[in-house]
Amino acid sequence: MSANLSAILYLISGVLFILALRGLSSPETSRQGNLFGIIGMVIAISVTFLSINNFTEGFVYVLIFLAIGGGIGAFIAYRIPMTAMPELVAGFHSLVGLAAVFVAISAFINPEAFNLGTPGNIKLASLIEMSIGAAVGAITFSGSVIAFLKLQGIMSGAPITFKGQHLLNALILTSIVILTFYLCLTQSSSLFWVLIAISFLIGFLIIIPIGGADMPVVISMLNSYSGWAAAGIGFTLENSALIITGALVGSSGAILSYIMCKGMNRSFFNVILGGFGSTDQISKDQDKEQRPVKSGNADDAAFLMKNASSVIIVPGYGMAVAQAQHALREMVDTLKKNGIKVSYAIHPVAGRMPGHMNVLLAEANVPYDEVFELEEINNDFAHADVAYVIGANDVTNPVAKTDPQSPIYGMPVLDVEKCKSVLFVKRSLSPGYAGIDNDLFYKENTLMLFADAKKMTEEITKSLN
Amino acid sequence: MEIDPFIFRLSIFILSIFVGYYVVWSVTPSLHTPLMSVTNAISSVIIVGAIIAALSGSDGVVFSTSSIFGFLAIILAAVNIFGGFLVTQRMLAMYKKKKKDK
Repeated sequence: MSANLSAILYLISGVLFILALRGLSSPETSRQGNLFGIIGMVIAISVTFLSINNFTEGFVYVLIFLAIGGGIGAFIAYRIPMTAMPELVAGFHSLVGLAAVFVAISAFINPEAFNLGTPGNIKLASLIEMSIGAAVGAITFSGSVIAFLKLQGIMSGAPITFKGQHLLNALILTSIVILTFYLCLTQSSSLFWVLIAISFLIGFLIIIPIGGADMPVVISMLNSYSGWAAAGIGFTLENSALIITGALVGSSGAILSYIMCKGMNRSFFNVILGGFGSTDQISKDQDKEQRPVKSGNADDAAFLMKNASSVIIVPGYGMAVAQAQHALREMVDTLKKNGIKVSYAIHPVAGRMPGHMNVLLAEANVPYDEVFELEEINNDFAHADVAYVIGANDVTNPVAKTDPQSPIYGMPVLDVEKCKSVLFVKRSLSPGYAGIDNDLFYKENTLMLFADAKKMTEEITKSLN
Repeated sequence: MEIDPFIFRLSIFILSIFVGYYVVWSVTPSLHTPLMSVTNAISSVIIVGAIIAALSGSDGVVFSTSSIFGFLAIILAAVNIFGGFLVTQRMLAMYKKKKKDK
């Protein structure tokens, strides 16, 4: 296949990837979008095969390895529970990162195969692009592995901080730049290996100080990095499909990080530098005297809901942990049978990744037109009779609107307290991730339901019937 | 004077960032999780580089150092391509509208 023809086909596959993302603007067009993405990928891979024109023994191995990887991927995709989506995405990011590193290493060892010059005499521009691709890929890999371990609970979600952390990170980042410079000057392979090694190290160090509830930002950020890594390799390979895709994914991840940061009213650097919910805040809360709370059981909750004409459900990460989405849908079905209007209110940072709650509700067969974003539904709380808060906490805390001293002051929150009555399902009165007390617990109109989210929801359904 | 092909690639790159910016802002927030999984899948188009790397061995030698890295990258990218697209498909199939007949 001529180089021009394959370049055009790569371009087409890039355009198909744009259409794949475009399709996600509404659930109706999204499935078609995904199909465009698949076609784009098939084109890109086929063109690569055809332009190589080297159907030797190696080609058979390519197909074998492709099938092995594809089989593993398909198996994971079918088996993974929807609640584990954040871990899955983090895990997949790490693979893209590592693949970028491997391709860069291969190009460095054998530049002739890529038309980049000869070993020890690689074109300057290619060497820079390769180094960027490898470094960003390595950061994506180790960062995603840490994010994966934290999400999976293998590693504690608590931020890990130590003295001089930021200084060390700054030093390592500077040395990456300096190493890249000397690598270009000397073409030394040992410098290349060192570059990759310290990039792995910095990816690890960047993510460990970030706590569990900031994971939505971290995952989006790593999503972005994986794109930039792909783009870096795309420049090395002079491949427009990779460049387009890298730019798309890079900006997509960056936008998601921005949306997540805005949902928490924090700057990106604040999240990245870590240490949210630091210890002094928690100790201050412990000094507070005990305030009275009203608590109730499933029957009380069922009574309140039965007499309501509209109910708003506020799901959060706790719902995912308790796997309560199906039980919740059953409760809502019962409510609807009684003629009660039910809608769902989702905060941008509810859950551990962007859109996490929406997927879980969709899994439980909740129609997506009953699920609303913060801005769409926030005014409705004042007219609703009951708010059922299940697994959410900080995102409902009215302190964010009233107390300028609070670390979450200014964060957009759901106006749950404006409801006639609030049902708050929670296992204990312990503060949320931000380490601050939720004023909502102590309001006149709040009834605390101390139980596991799934059990409580099931009991309410029983009681409703 | 001839323009360096690098400049063309840079133009594609910059323009794609803008396209990505506008396209992603129009993605509905309820589909942000599928957005992440599908971007994951498409960024694995890096497999193109992995295939070239895997077939870079000289005549008769299938497994050289550079081609082994290529093969490993193929496995990783393939996991991502199949896993990413299929899991996105699975998620999107769950998004349903309210049934009218209720």
